[in-house]
Amino acid sequence: MKTIKREYLLTALILLAVLVGAFVLDASLPSYHIAIKVVKKACVYSLVAVSMNLLNGFTGLFSLGQAGFMLLGAYSYAILCIPVAKRAGVYQYFDGGIVQFSLPEFFSGFLGGTVGPVVGMLCALLFGGLLTALCAYLIGLPVLRLKSDYLAIATLGFAEILRAFFQWNALGPLTNGSNLLKNYPDIGGAAAYILLVGVFIAVILLLVNSTYGRAFMAIRDDEVAAEAMGINLAHHKRMAFIISSFFAGVGGGMLAMYMGTVQALSFKSAMTYEILLVVVMGGIGSITGSIITSFLYIAGLEWLLRGLDSGTFLGISSPIFKNGFRMAIVSVIIMVVVLFFRKGIMGDRELPDLFRPRKKAAKKGGEAK
Amino acid sequence: MSENVLKLENITMQFGGVVAVDNLSMEINKGEIVALIGPNGAGKTTAFNTITGVYEPTNGQVSFLGSPIVRNHPQGKMKKAYKGAEAEKFARQPVLNPTPDKITALGMARTFQNIRLWKTQTVFDNVLIAKHMLRTSNVFSATFRFNRAEEAKQRAEVAALLEIVGLTDVKDELATSLPYGKQRRLEIARALATQPKLLMLDEPAAGMNPQETDELTAFIARVRKDFDMTILLIEHHMDLVMDISDRIYVIDFGKLIASGTPEVIQNDQRVIDAYLGVEEDA
Amino acid sequence: MQGLLPYLINGVSVGGQYALIAIGYTLVYGILRLINFAHGDVFMVAGLIMVYSSATLPMYLAIPLVLLLTVALGFVIERAAYKPLRSAPRMSLMISAIGVSYLIQNLAFYFTGGLPQPVTNAIPWISENVTVFGESTKRVTLVTPVLTAVLVAALVYFINHTKIGMGMRAVSKDFETALLMGIKINSVISMTFVVGSFLAAVGAMLYFTNYPSVAITSGGMPGLKAFVAAVFGGIGSIPGAVVGAFLIGISEELIKGIGYSTFSDAFTFALLIVVLCVRPTGLFGEKVTDKV
Repeated sequence: MKTIKREYLLTALILLAVLVGAFVLDASLPSYHIAIKVVKKACVYSLVAVSMNLLNGFTGLFSLGQAGFMLLGAYSYAILCIPVAKRAGVYQYFDGGIVQFSLPEFFSGFLGGTVGPVVGMLCALLFGGLLTALCAYLIGLPVLRLKSDYLAIATLGFAEILRAFFQWNALGPLTNGSNLLKNYPDIGGAAAYILLVGVFIAVILLLVNSTYGRAFMAIRDDEVAAEAMGINLAHHKRMAFIISSFFAGVGGGMLAMYMGTVQALSFKSAMTYEILLVVVMGGIGSITGSIITSFLYIAGLEWLLRGLDSGTFLGISSPIFKNGFRMAIVSVIIMVVVLFFRKGIMGDRELPDLFRPRKKAAKKGGEAK
Repeated sequence: MSENVLKLENITMQFGGVVAVDNLSMEINKGEIVALIGPNGAGKTTAFNTITGVYEPTNGQVSFLGSPIVRNHPQGKMKKAYKGAEAEKFARQPVLNPTPDKITALGMARTFQNIRLWKTQTVFDNVLIAKHMLRTSNVFSATFRFNRAEEAKQRAEVAALLEIVGLTDVKDELATSLPYGKQRRLEIARALATQPKLLMLDEPAAGMNPQETDELTAFIARVRKDFDMTILLIEHHMDLVMDISDRIYVIDFGKLIASGTPEVIQNDQRVIDAYLGVEEDA
Repeated sequence: MQGLLPYLINGVSVGGQYALIAIGYTLVYGILRLINFAHGDVFMVAGLIMVYSSATLPMYLAIPLVLLLTVALGFVIERAAYKPLRSAPRMSLMISAIGVSYLIQNLAFYFTGGLPQPVTNAIPWISENVTVFGESTKRVTLVTPVLTAVLVAALVYFINHTKIGMGMRAVSKDFETALLMGIKINSVISMTFVVGSFLAAVGAMLYFTNYPSVAITSGGMPGLKAFVAAVFGGIGSIPGAVVGAFLIGISEELIKGIGYSTFSDAFTFALLIVVLCVRPTGLFGEKVTDKV
C-alpha cells in the first residue's frame, strides 16, 4: 500500500509548493505585477477549461455554450458586488440601476470589514454559478436531445442569444445595456485565486472519480452500451451539463473579478473556441492537462511571448515581430497539436499518473484505493 | 409449469414497407436457456432490439415476469401501411415504450453482437460502471464521498464477480486490450453486474474459433448454474446452440417457422430447408 | 408597411449573400459531416483580398484574383487540416475546423495590423445607387439575387450532370461505398471545397460592398448565420440552404426594420434552436435513422 501512495504524496507536495509560491509572490510583488496577473488569469482559465472538459471531455457532449455561461456568471458577480455609492456612476444612463444593494457591503454589516466582503463576494460567485446552472437546465431541455454537431451549434446559438439579451437596452437598469460594469471589488491576490479555484477543481475531481463520473465516461465511450447497462442518458447528460455550467458560471464570475470590468461584447464565441482549444491541447479527459495548458497558454500569451509583438524576442530584433505575431505563432502551435498530437500534452492522464512506474501509468490507474 | 420470465405476443416490426419481424410470439421460463436462431437477416437482432427497448415494435406486447413492459399498435401513417397481423389486438391498451435503461432496471441485461465495452475504462471499471444502476447515492453524496459504504460494497461485489468469471488477473488492464474471447466474457460479466433475472446474449460466439466457442459454451452453462440464470441467446454456431439450449425458436424472413427441443429442431424439414441446409455455419 | 419595403429589399439581397456562403457549408457537411467553422473566415479573407487587390489592380484582374486566391485557400485548408483526420472521430475534425478558424483570424490580424480595412469602391458599378419601387438602393441589392440564382442553377447542373458532380452525390450518400466503387474521394472532397470557396468569394465581393470595412471578425457572424440557414433548410440540401438563407436574410432585415436590431442575430439562433428541436433534419432534409 505504501508504494501506491507515493504518487499521491508527490502530487500533494507539488500542489503545496505552488500554493506557497503564490503566497511568496503576493508578499514580495506589487499586486499589479505581471506575474501575479498571469497566475490569476491562468487560475480563471483553469477553472473554465476544467468545467468545459467535464462536459466535452468526460461526458462526450460537444457543447459550445461556454462563453454564454461565463457571461451569466460574470454579470451576476458584477451586478451583486458594485458598491452602492458607486452605482450612480456606473449606471449613469439608467438612473443608478434597479439593484440597490451590494453583497460585500451587506455582509460587512454584520461580519466586519475583513470577513464580510469576502463572504459577500463568494456568495455572488456562487449565485452566479447557480443562476447559470438554472439557465443550463432550461437550455438543456430542448438541446440535449440533439446529437454531436447539432448540439454544438445549438449551444453556440444559445450563447449568442444570451449575449444579445444582455446588451438589450430595455434591461439596462439591470445589466447597464451595452455599457461597461465596473468598480466592483476583487477578492485578493494570486494565493486567493489558487485556493478558490483549487477548491472548485477539487470538487470536479471528486465528481469525476465518483460513480457518477464513471457513468459520464461510459456515456462518452459508448452511449448505447451505457443505456443498455441501465444508465439513464437524459438524466445523466442533463446532470453533466448543469454541473459543468455551474462551474463555468463561477469561472465567469472570477473572470469578471480579475478583469475589473465586464461587457457582454467580449463574451463572443471566439472565447469559447479559445477555451476549447486550451482543453484540446491539454488533453481531452485530463483535468491536469487543462490546468497546465491554461498556465502555459496565459503565461505565454500575456508574458513570455510579448516580445513577438513588440519587436524583440529572446534578444533577437526583427521587423516581423510586430503586433499580432504572437497570436499567429500561438495558433500555429495549436494547429500542430490538433493535427499531430491529438492526445494533447496529457492524453487522459492526471498528475499522479506521471509518478507511477511507466507500465502502470500507461494503463490509467485502476483507482487503487 | 415453471414461472414465466419473458413472453412475446404478436411482435411485429415494420420499417417502412419491410416487415423485419412478423407476428413473433415466444416464451421463456425460469432457469431455461432458449435460443433464437435463423439465417442471416431473418430478424433475430431486430426482435432482440424490440425486447430491450432499442426499437419500438410496430405491434405486439412484451411481458417480463408477468407484467407488460413494451406494448404498441400501428398508429399514424403506419395504420395504413401496416402489413402484419393482429393490428387490433392491442389497440385499446396504452402504449408502453420505455428506454433501454428502464428495461435493464427491471432485470434484463444484454450483450452486443459487436462487442461494446467502454474502451477507455479498465476491466474492473467496466463492471463497476454497470453497478451504477443499483446505487442509492445521489450526485452530491457520491461527489462528497458520503457513499463510502455503498462504493466499498459494490467494489467487493465486482471483485467477486471477476473472480467467478476468471478475469481477476486482468482487472486493471484496459478492456479493449483483452483477447477477443475474454472481451466476450467481460461483456457477460458486465451484464451480470446489473443483477438481472434474464440474461440476453446477442451472438456471443460471433467471430470465435472452435476452441473459444467450446470455452464459451461451458462458460454460459456455468453462468446458468452459478447465478441460477435464465438466458435468451441469439446464435449462429449450431454446436453451441444444440449443446446448451433447452428450447429453440427458429425464424426466417421474420416469421417463426419452428420451435421445440434441439432434437425436434434438428429433424424439422422446414428448418433444414431454411437454414441448416445452407453450408454456412459448419 | 411602406416603411418596411427597403428592409425587405435589403433582406432579399442579404439572403442571396447568405445563400452563397450557406452552400459551402451544406456541401461540406453533406460529404464530410463536418461543420466547417473556418468557412466564415474564408469568406472574410475573400473580403480582405478584394480590398487589397482592388486597390492596386484594375477590376478585370482583381475579381479573378479574389476568386482564385479564395479557392486556393479553401483547397489548402482541406488538404492541410482535414485530410490528415480522415479516419479520426468527427469531434477531432470539428476541433480542427475551429483551430483553422482561429489561425486564419490571427494571421489576418497580423497582416492587417488588426485594423479594419476600408472597402473603397471595389467594384464601382455595383455600388452605384439605383431606384426600385421608389426606394433608393445600391445596385448590388438587385444584382445579388440574380447572380445567386444563376450560380445556384449552374451548381445544380454541375452536380446532376457532370461526372465529378455524380461523385459528390455518391460520396455524400455513403462515404465507404463510394470509396469501394473507385470514386476518387480526395479529389471529390477537394472539389467540394473549391466550389464552396468560390461561392463564398462571390458572396464576399457582394456582401462587403454594403459595409465600410472588412475586419478580421467580419466573417464570424455571416458565417454562423449562413450555417444556420443551411441547417434550417436541411443540411446537405442545396435548395434547402438557398431557401433557408433567403428566409433568414429577409426576417433579419425585417426585425431591424421594426426596431429590434439588437435581436436580429439572436432571432436567427432562436430560429435555429426551434428548427432543431421540432424538425432536426430541417425543411428539406432527409430523415436518418441510427443503426444499433
